[in-house]
Amino acid sequence: MIDRRGLVAVLGPVFVLAVVGIVGSLGSVDPALEVEFRSALVSVAIVVALYVFVGNAGVVSFGHVSFVAVGAFAAGVMTIPVELKPTITPGLFSLLGDHSVGNAASLVLAAAVGGVFALLVGIPLMRLSGLAASIATFAVLGVTYNILNNWTKIGPGPLTLTTVPETTGLLQATLGAIAVVFVAFAYQRSRFGRKLRAAREDSAAARAAGIDVRRERLWAFALSGALSGFAGGLLVHLAGTLQARDVYLDLTFLTLAMLVVGGVGSLWGAVVGALAVSALDSFLLRAESGEIGVVNDLLGKPLWGGSRLVGVAIFMAVVLVLLPNGLTRGREFRLPRFRRGRAGPQEAAA
Amino acid sequence: MSEHVQTLVDAVALGSIYALMAVGIGLVFGVLRLVNFAYGQLIMAGAYALALTNDQPVLVSIALCFAVVLALSLAMEFAAFRPLRGASPTTMLVATFAISYLLQSIALVRFGAIGKIIVVIPRLSEPVTIGSVNIRWITIVTILVAIGVFAALTLLLTKTTIGLQMRAASIDPQTARLLGVRANAVITTAVLVSGVIAAIVAVILPMAVPERLLVGPDYALRETIIVLVGVVVGGIDRLLTATLGGFTMGLAVGLLAGFLPSSGTWPFTSSVYLDSAVFMLVIIVLLLRPEGLFIRGRQAALERV
Repeated sequence: MIDRRGLVAVLGPVFVLAVVGIVGSLGSVDPALEVEFRSALVSVAIVVALYVFVGNAGVVSFGHVSFVAVGAFAAGVMTIPVELKPTITPGLFSLLGDHSVGNAASLVLAAAVGGVFALLVGIPLMRLSGLAASIATFAVLGVTYNILNNWTKIGPGPLTLTTVPETTGLLQATLGAIAVVFVAFAYQRSRFGRKLRAAREDSAAARAAGIDVRRERLWAFALSGALSGFAGGLLVHLAGTLQARDVYLDLTFLTLAMLVVGGVGSLWGAVVGALAVSALDSFLLRAESGEIGVVNDLLGKPLWGGSRLVGVAIFMAVVLVLLPNGLTRGREFRLPRFRRGRAGPQEAAA
Repeated sequence: MSEHVQTLVDAVALGSIYALMAVGIGLVFGVLRLVNFAYGQLIMAGAYALALTNDQPVLVSIALCFAVVLALSLAMEFAAFRPLRGASPTTMLVATFAISYLLQSIALVRFGAIGKIIVVIPRLSEPVTIGSVNIRWITIVTILVAIGVFAALTLLLTKTTIGLQMRAASIDPQTARLLGVRANAVITTAVLVSGVIAAIVAVILPMAVPERLLVGPDYALRETIIVLVGVVVGGIDRLLTATLGGFTMGLAVGLLAGFLPSSGTWPFTSSVYLDSAVFMLVIIVLLLRPEGLFIRGRQAALERV
């Protein structure tokens, strides 16, 4: 089934992610940087999940962070120790308040909740044409944020969810990201993935060939929602705290920027984009806090607070104008033709 | 009874504001096939211009607001829209999303997260009593301004050469160009008209909507999202249906805000869940009429956008 090139296309990103995980775990790295490695890997998981729909269907979704959000809150609420729940999130339904599950089960739960939610909202949304569907996904994001931010029967509402076990160490982050990459790859090589990619290239021709574009999009949306939910589970276990605001427009922008910068059309693009923008983001964050000497010397002071998003937005806009297909130009990972053993092109940036 | 009338009038005023925004977005979409997510940030820029000139005479302040918004519109056209011409609608939508974030972040760096109060014409916020109904002057002014803008726009589109060219370009850009319509002139005009409308909204919004009295980096963002969704629900292909979509969203938000109780534990039952209630209505409409609420017939159902 899988030829050599296909094997390279999936093992390349996996290798890069493993390298990121190993570099992050080296003892010499300081703990603050280690957190950034972990969060970069979780970003990869979110962006690859987003890519499963956006990349294969060619339809941008602004609503995927909703699935990340429900996954994160489901995993978070269900892993807080039962005795702490009355203080952290009072007012839960008794079904949620009286039970807790372990780390692994919470990730499965997050994926299930994300997938079911995506399937339900996908049914009306996937009836729309591409651009209209993109914009309508904002409605999903709006509803999700609004409810998570207010309804105290299913979560903390406007409060912050805390005391979630911080189980997303480097190992879990790396394995999680790799698992998402494998699922995404398996999907895009499957019959369903190929049908959807055909429809992306020429929707009329695909229809004429008997492909039910709406149904294929819906499956991709649901799978992508499940992976997003799973990634949300990784996210909540990363810092141990979560607010509805953390999984709203800023994260939507950041993850879309990552996908677009890397290249919407390929799995490799999603991975590269997530790592590149994470690296830029970490760099700018440090420059803001005055930890980068060069920037201090250049400006005479640390970078202005809030420049982080300016930098990411400029980077994204420039890439969009100069390289509309992203850094990878929509190609999958390939070994260089004649020379072997060259280091992966992007991990140096992370 | 009278409070129902009051809610209705307020809702119509909100609908007028959203309809204005929908026209601004729809005009640019017509000629460029570009959904401008950064439209709200034009309004934000105008609102900052107003807030920073509170101590100046009101006409100076408003003139400055128009100048800033128009300059920013042109900057967007030349720096972003023009290089992206011919890109897929999706790429352009994502690009304007990035521009919106860029402008928000710049506002955050420059002005901070704390909102600045906007004072335009305080007298307009005073109520006037008609029968037993109390209405603020600004509500009436908003509705009249919207009617005026739509009348002027209709004249522009139907009675002038550039208006005719704009309509031609939005129906079939290639043929229009073959027939001698200068694409850049038409697009720049559309961007400028859309900018004028953004400036008008920037002046009206702080007075008409009490929550928008303070301008911060995410000013008008919520409105933009609601209007964009409304434009899609109405039917983005045509200016009229897009505008009606925007108006309907404003009307729905206004009516739900007036009639939902202020408390309630379940989602969609209290005004805390206003956004959810509105967007749920949207999803229901999409289920029933995926081709657009105001589009007649089913011919638009295929991928045209």
